[in-house]
Amino acid sequence: MTPSFFSADGLVGIIFLLMLAAALVGAIVAVTAKRLVRALAGLIVCFVGVAAMYFFLNSPFVSMMQILIYVGAIAVTIAFAIMLTAPGDKEQMGSRNILYGPIGFCCAALVTFGFAALALTTNWIPFAKINDGSVQEVGRQLLTTHVMVFELVSVMLLIAILGALAITIEGRRKRWKS
Amino acid sequence: MEILTLYNNLATYLLLAAVLFGLGIYGFITRRDFVGMLISAEIILNSAALNFMAFNRFLSPDPATGQIFTLFIMAIAAAEAAIGLSLIVVVYRYYLTIDCQDVTKLHG
Repeated sequence: MTPSFFSADGLVGIIFLLMLAAALVGAIVAVTAKRLVRALAGLIVCFVGVAAMYFFLNSPFVSMMQILIYVGAIAVTIAFAIMLTAPGDKEQMGSRNILYGPIGFCCAALVTFGFAALALTTNWIPFAKINDGSVQEVGRQLLTTHVMVFELVSVMLLIAILGALAITIEGRRKRWKS
Repeated sequence: MEILTLYNNLATYLLLAAVLFGLGIYGFITRRDFVGMLISAEIILNSAALNFMAFNRFLSPDPATGQIFTLFIMAIAAAEAAIGLSLIVVVYRYYLTIDCQDVTKLHG
């Protein structure tokens, strides 16, 4: 049964296709743009597209966290790194070795076709749901079943922040002979 | 398979995740600078998380576990980006470049 283009269901399908295209085009721009700032812009578009995929996958909470963490934190951190390292107008792509482009393309094509064939030929068997996957259920399991990992992740984030600070201060303090 | 009901189909999400993974690997191999490689690594992490979410929505008996795992992937990606970018800043301070071909010296 196909919904008409102008019904509500058809509109949902069109929005899904737009977001799918955004994720793909953003990823293509992110890996092929010559300037790093453009690659970062493509990465942000890709993140927004993937967040929309999460929304269509019935989990608006993860979709919101994707926007918050990836677009809000990681993209801004990468923007700071681009500004601090100032690659300038130097050519950033290609001419490393003539072989890297074809090798990269072959590896990527091999992996993509492998995963795609696996996804299309396997007979996936769905199971009956034991809960509805709502935000309440996610919060309850996060603080009961997965509470150990939850606490360890917070410790890991603290160590990562301290480690980033330590690396940068150490680099500022002593300098080896070039 | 109708094109307007693709969003209710497991294969769509798996194919999108496979293509994103391939693009990330392509960028990781062909990029010359560390920031570009980090951007590609973020795309790879995103495609893995998308796979988790798709299986979580369509197949898993417990649809909360995949969401929780995706949240953990996001936290680890944030930590990885922070550490990686501080390393890139230190490398730039010593070598005045972030081209991975020029960073060839080891020092204990």
